[in-house]
Amino acid sequence: MNTLTPSQYLPETPPGRHFRAEKFDVGSFFFSGLTGLATLFILAILGVILTNIVLNGWSALSWHFVSTIPKKDFFDAATTGVLPMIVGTTIRVFVMTIFVIPIGVITAIYLTEYAPNTSIITRVIRAAVNNLAGVPSIVFGLFGLGFFIHFIGKNLDTLLHHPSAVWGQPALIWAALTLAIMTLPVVIVATEESLKAIPPGLREASLALGATKLETILRIVLPQALPGILTGGILAVSRAAGEVAPILFTGVAYYMASLPSRLSDQFMDLGYHVFVLSTQSPNIDQTRPLLYATVLVLLILTLALNIVAILIRARVRKKLRSLG
Amino acid sequence: MGIHRGHRARPLEWLAERFIFLVSLSTILMVFLIFLFVAREALPIFFGGANTAPLQTVLSPEAMDQLSPAQLQAYLELTPQQFATLDRESIQALLLVKQEAQDEIPAHVRSDPDARVNTVEWKYLLGPHQWSGYDKPEYIWQPVGQIQKYNIIPLLVGTLKITLIGLLFAVPLAVGAAIYVSQLARPRVREIVKPVIELLSGIPSVVVGFFALIILASVLQKIFGYPIRLNAFVAGCALGFAVIPVIFSIAEDALSSVPQAYTQAALALGASRWQTAWQIVLPAGLPGVFAAAVLGFGRAIGETMIVLMVCSASVMSWNIFDSARSITTTIAAEMAEAVTGGPHYRILFMLGALLFAGTFISNLIGGVVIQRFKLKLEGKR
Repeated sequence: MNTLTPSQYLPETPPGRHFRAEKFDVGSFFFSGLTGLATLFILAILGVILTNIVLNGWSALSWHFVSTIPKKDFFDAATTGVLPMIVGTTIRVFVMTIFVIPIGVITAIYLTEYAPNTSIITRVIRAAVNNLAGVPSIVFGLFGLGFFIHFIGKNLDTLLHHPSAVWGQPALIWAALTLAIMTLPVVIVATEESLKAIPPGLREASLALGATKLETILRIVLPQALPGILTGGILAVSRAAGEVAPILFTGVAYYMASLPSRLSDQFMDLGYHVFVLSTQSPNIDQTRPLLYATVLVLLILTLALNIVAILIRARVRKKLRSLG
Repeated sequence: MGIHRGHRARPLEWLAERFIFLVSLSTILMVFLIFLFVAREALPIFFGGANTAPLQTVLSPEAMDQLSPAQLQAYLELTPQQFATLDRESIQALLLVKQEAQDEIPAHVRSDPDARVNTVEWKYLLGPHQWSGYDKPEYIWQPVGQIQKYNIIPLLVGTLKITLIGLLFAVPLAVGAAIYVSQLARPRVREIVKPVIELLSGIPSVVVGFFALIILASVLQKIFGYPIRLNAFVAGCALGFAVIPVIFSIAEDALSSVPQAYTQAALALGASRWQTAWQIVLPAGLPGVFAAAVLGFGRAIGETMIVLMVCSASVMSWNIFDSARSITTTIAAEMAEAVTGGPHYRILFMLGALLFAGTFISNLIGGVVIQRFKLKLEGKR
């Protein structure tokens, strides 16, 4: 039996006319262009912000700047530095990950591996995760103040018989815990995504070989999901590093002469420092280079993490798509 | 043996499962705790337990025996537990201190008709009042001085003003870009543009606020020529930057999830790419786009640092070129100077509870709309 090739059964294209469904249409051209322009405009905004900050910040950035603990007057460009802010931001974010990653990963495991999809409790947990993602950051700050400091901290002080407030005041640990609650949905969503990307066949094979469900999750599923968990962690860190509102009342200090050494210490913070420099400077023209350099450090910290997370996530999604 | 290796056979396995379940409940607990503890600090406002009037009716220490303990406790502004620990002498001493404090109030405050007004009653929180020195009833937020004015209407107006400007700026741009990226762009362009726009959400809001304060405010003033450099318009535009990635990624996701068959059918019938996008894909994906705008609204209303850096004074005005102060900004700027447990502190927590309720509702609406939309596309409804 002969099979026809397309060139045999398709009518020949008339000479001189290219086969094209669309006529030129002014409306289409105009509106497509408009959406394209909207896209370009957004990209341009991003470009302008980044180039402006990089160009202005680069010249003021030096090793001295990132490795110096400033004196009381940190508006003075010659002697100032941002070491305590970098350290403060790093520590608070690090302490946060200790809390947020285990809780987030376990919740995601429950939601993908154990939860019956239709039960009310699963839907309530999902609704809670969505809701937590939408709570304004300043409300997290209020919560940290009302719950961690005034409730837990004060009661801890009475319990331990501290004569003066040790835990019942703004502290590193309270800021970190507040941020942990705020970034919980980020970790849950990213972990869930990567757990779903693992082929069910792997789980079935493991169960068929006699492993229990827990063994399957610990030995087969989790190692596979590691990139996704990593993405979630990085995104959470990058989000938390740039947030200022939740730590305003829970731990940040305007100025500290030394680096924080205990969990009950207050700390200085990069984002908050940007806020202070740009709104409370006595002479904005003099502080401007300083300000740009500080913003650049903050941006490098958050954006670099973000880019890494986006790259890992793109790989996870590609894997997911190849399965679906 | 093999038969009993199901996960119910081992106590340790069972325990681990319970543990995983309990940990996952913590998210529900968190949402509950947030609402509980923010609302708890604001409770006295709701139940009228706070009094801000500087001038109060003095109860003399000599007349102490004629009063009930409940009256004394309310007068001294103590909690029942605190009141129970005090003996007769210390209560008398407190009465004396209070009397002396009242005696020290300067004459000009004493003669002010507003000195007996409890400004945290709902009437004064929401309605206009003709304060002494003003020639007509006005809405005023002014939490300093002898007579503290806590009318929250200017803050609500400021928040709405800034948020709406932000959305008017962000929604057309973000939805336009979502249409372009999901429907019109070539796959290679799409793969680059999408993560780059999402990168915008990785820029901390202090940085956006800083950019708006240093660059954008001056540029916009040069273009529009308004007198006040830092105003609601600048704050709204900056807020728009921050909301664009949120709206974009949800809208783009919604438009991409419209089945390919729709697009292919339209194209096969001879529609152009744009006609397909505008008349087929957008109507099909409209619930998702709507949800994106609602969730963007929730994000915009809760944004703090951008507005805090660009806008400051609370002015009761609908003019977008006037200064404005949003709810979030008020909380962030004034919490440090509010006395813990005082009326100002309580009002700020009440604003926080209000904000939480507002975003809770907008997230709920957005979430439900998206879920229904997805179910509909999957043909399950």
